[in-house]
Amino acid sequence: MSTIAARVMGQALDRVEGADKVRGLAPYAFEHPVPEPAYLSAVRSTVAAGQITGIDCSRASAQSGVLAVLTYLNAPRVGTDDGELRILQSDQVAFRGQFVAAVIAETSEIARHAAGLVRVDYRPRPHDVELADAHGPDQLRVPQQIWPLFPIETDKGDVDAGLASAAIQLDETYRTPWYHHNPLEPHTTIACWTTEGVTLYVSTQYPAGVQHTVAEAFRLEPAQVRVRSPHVGGGFGAKLPRHSDVILAVMAAQLVAGRPVRFALTRHQMFSQTGYRSPTIQRVRLGADTDGRLVAVAHESVEQTSRLREFAEHATRATPTMYATPHLRTRQRLAALDLPSPTIMRAPGESTGLFALESALDELAIACGVDPVELRVRNEPAEHPLDGLPFSSRGLVGCLREGARRFGWQPRDATPRARRDNGWLVGTGMAASTYPAMQLPGTKVTIRATPDGRHIVSLAAVDIGTGTRTALAQVAADALRVDLDRVELRLGDTAYPPAAQEGGSAGISSWGATICAGADELRRRLSTEYGDTVPADGLEVTVDMPENQYLGRYVMHSFGAQFAEVRVHEETGEIRVPRQLGVYAVGRVVNPKTARSQLIGGMTMGLSMALHEASVLDPRYGHVVNHDLASYHISSNADVGAVEAYWIEEDDPYVNPMGTKGIGEIGIVGAAAAIANAVHHATGVRVRELPITCDKLLP
Amino acid sequence: MRPFRYERATDAANAVALLARAPQAAFLGGGTNLVDLMKLDVARPELLVDVRRVTPRTIEQLPDGGVRIGAGVTNSDLAADPLIRRRYPVVAQAVLNGASTQLRNLATVGGNLLQRTRCLYFQDITTACNKREPGTGCSAIEGHNRDLAILGTSPDCIATNPSDLAVALAAMDATVQTIGPDGSRAIPLTELHRLPGSEPQHDNVLTHGELIMAVVLPPLPFATRSYYRKIRDRASYAFALVSVAAAIDLVDGQVRDVRIALGGVAPKPWRATRAEDLLRGGPVDEERLRRAAEAELADARPQADNAFKIPLARNAIVRTVLDLVEAAP
Repeated sequence: MSTIAARVMGQALDRVEGADKVRGLAPYAFEHPVPEPAYLSAVRSTVAAGQITGIDCSRASAQSGVLAVLTYLNAPRVGTDDGELRILQSDQVAFRGQFVAAVIAETSEIARHAAGLVRVDYRPRPHDVELADAHGPDQLRVPQQIWPLFPIETDKGDVDAGLASAAIQLDETYRTPWYHHNPLEPHTTIACWTTEGVTLYVSTQYPAGVQHTVAEAFRLEPAQVRVRSPHVGGGFGAKLPRHSDVILAVMAAQLVAGRPVRFALTRHQMFSQTGYRSPTIQRVRLGADTDGRLVAVAHESVEQTSRLREFAEHATRATPTMYATPHLRTRQRLAALDLPSPTIMRAPGESTGLFALESALDELAIACGVDPVELRVRNEPAEHPLDGLPFSSRGLVGCLREGARRFGWQPRDATPRARRDNGWLVGTGMAASTYPAMQLPGTKVTIRATPDGRHIVSLAAVDIGTGTRTALAQVAADALRVDLDRVELRLGDTAYPPAAQEGGSAGISSWGATICAGADELRRRLSTEYGDTVPADGLEVTVDMPENQYLGRYVMHSFGAQFAEVRVHEETGEIRVPRQLGVYAVGRVVNPKTARSQLIGGMTMGLSMALHEASVLDPRYGHVVNHDLASYHISSNADVGAVEAYWIEEDDPYVNPMGTKGIGEIGIVGAAAAIANAVHHATGVRVRELPITCDKLLP
Repeated sequence: MRPFRYERATDAANAVALLARAPQAAFLGGGTNLVDLMKLDVARPELLVDVRRVTPRTIEQLPDGGVRIGAGVTNSDLAADPLIRRRYPVVAQAVLNGASTQLRNLATVGGNLLQRTRCLYFQDITTACNKREPGTGCSAIEGHNRDLAILGTSPDCIATNPSDLAVALAAMDATVQTIGPDGSRAIPLTELHRLPGSEPQHDNVLTHGELIMAVVLPPLPFATRSYYRKIRDRASYAFALVSVAAAIDLVDGQVRDVRIALGGVAPKPWRATRAEDLLRGGPVDEERLRRAAEAELADARPQADNAFKIPLARNAIVRTVLDLVEAAP
């Protein structure tokens, strides 16, 4: 494979819909004008496990303007096995905050007020909601499946012997808390039943996924379900899987058939309904020789899932890819608890796992007296450490060198607490990062060429605020070898051919590869059938995403190097991060402007992970108690210092015809470890449990 | 959110009368806290009486050299006022350390002083809370209490007062002027809020229908050297873990007068009189400051998650006063 020539790709173009968004003209799901909408408000369980013994809807039903009250007694039966989606199907409660009733009313105010008047009585049973070291092997299980491509657990060599024989040994446990995605736009749906089926406006990362889930649950043909998602205000993974809010909205719309039902989750509800990143307890054991060359690596992670739907954060995922070692073992365990289901959140596995591994590498560097950058270079593998396959491209060392140069890493006195500035301890730290370069199945694209030179490219892909609409048009222009203004890209509607999800940093790669195949097919047909002239009524081709012939022959990953400077107040422990710098090897960058936004956005989310974010569970009640943006802290503008993102030139002919490797997630990976390592350099305090707050650094 | 009535008061007497007739009524200022609590079903007023047009919106100098701040002045206007910034910088700094620009543009001085605790359990009607529903129990004592109080608590409540402004005003010996069904009165700011004891539902000493009209700052020449230091979990838009308002009057290296008040540690703005008394009449150095701070915190009773507030408050007091001294001309 060789990559296609870049004429429009590589240009730092503004978002095509940017002006509309700034002016409020780009409609998000909830905002679509629909005739005579009704509004939905949900009632959530106040016990973490148990049985509903009674529901009194009389006061709610009596409110003027209430159209219907939904409970398990009158809700439509749904045809899905997914426990998370099987709401209002029985009297059983599986987690605190689960939907147990809902009110449909003429206004959102009436609906919300009436929802508060629904009285639900429960017979609670004891609940188990705490992920703890106390969970013994009996309560823990190996996950049944991992999101694509990855072995659940890995073994190579004899880890125990390797660890025992190593001159330098490290054995530490690292912890990360719950995180909630908190996209700015809440999860919202408009659902309307017609004689043909159901039409939905949904804030989702996967319109085709919603289409199939709703079709299955309501026993429709996919063609009877139309999902429109022209603009989405962020997702971070929360809007990838289907959640019960969409099911509830479709149920409600069925009860008031013919009227569209609008449903927006409140911020509180998003802390129980839309997934989260599981906490992790990770044990990392490293064995190395005195020069810091790794002899053995063992990484174990314990995470939680729900009893309804299994999801594994899989924090050990990236470990086999990172460093050369003769002995390697990863282990993965889950505890199924009386809680809502965790899900994909920006770089699931990598962001939590590399906090642990890259913190451990920093501890190893100190133990060996080797510079942390040099330690990683020293352990660079020639091929994939686990299966011996070559990498399609591997830019880690290039990123480390370029990052160290740009950051001014050297000269660096590795001694902790060596630098002071006016009452602040100053330190620097770094970490490596990686993320797989993937293509996800399920994409088709239709390209229609018109005699006046336009090309209409249609697929049910979606732009969740990342700049996809712009970057994918740039790909299409180069694939079709035309100027950008000759491309009309149509997205965000399942009326177009199905498209894989916007996730796994694989959107551009999956959709773009399909567009390239469509452009090839269009040219072939024009050449063979039409003498290279578009016929008067145009020419349309539809193609599937092509198989990548190099899959299984090469390992495909992005890499990066993260650097951070921190200041910790000597007397109060307050932490500031004046500077973050990342250098990435991500293949070809389609749009430097939107790419940079993705990378610095990921790094900022990594800062937030390092210092601020943590969902706090109250085990007595079984719910997250800091369930709003006042108490679930996300880094504020004042917390974010200089954030610099760069990339090295990388031509990868194996990943896809564009040479792209994905940029949505790698920016967060390793960012928290770089900050934690810098905190140690500044203070001498090693914080192995995020977030790093001032109380952990108080003298 | 429950249905409610809304009336705009025509003058202060009218506002007081409207409330006096309606036991389930509340005054509405900027609404930045009250309306949130109504959405959460924590506050359930049947009538809101809007007092924004009947509480003064001016800041004026008084003949004795003090300053009167109208209760309707927005937090933004207070923080930007040249008189306040010059004479009582700690007040402007405290305001700017709270909330966000958008909230400060709406929030009023009177409302700021009467905002409710941000204890997570107080704000969540699915959990027990003695302040919200007396007699139901305190969820925080055995729950997540990292942000809560270490001083002045009771077995029934460990909530903190969230106001930054109140901490600065406590240090300045401000008084609050009110009008109520029984007439007008002046209440020292340090006596406006009350400790929970066995009645945590009462945040303050105001009677139903009593309306704050103004806050008066007494003349305090040495307050031109005053400072507000707030320590929190992120650099802005977070409530204090610990905050310190301080002013110092140094004569020939000796402390003639000193004012210290703490935020984030107690159910009310905590005037550190014990520390002040130990510091007056002697030199100011790190060792004396540390002893004074430790004396102030000697009665602290931490919970499972917030023992760190004791050393944090001690260090914050020492650092804030030292910074004031070292910044002196």
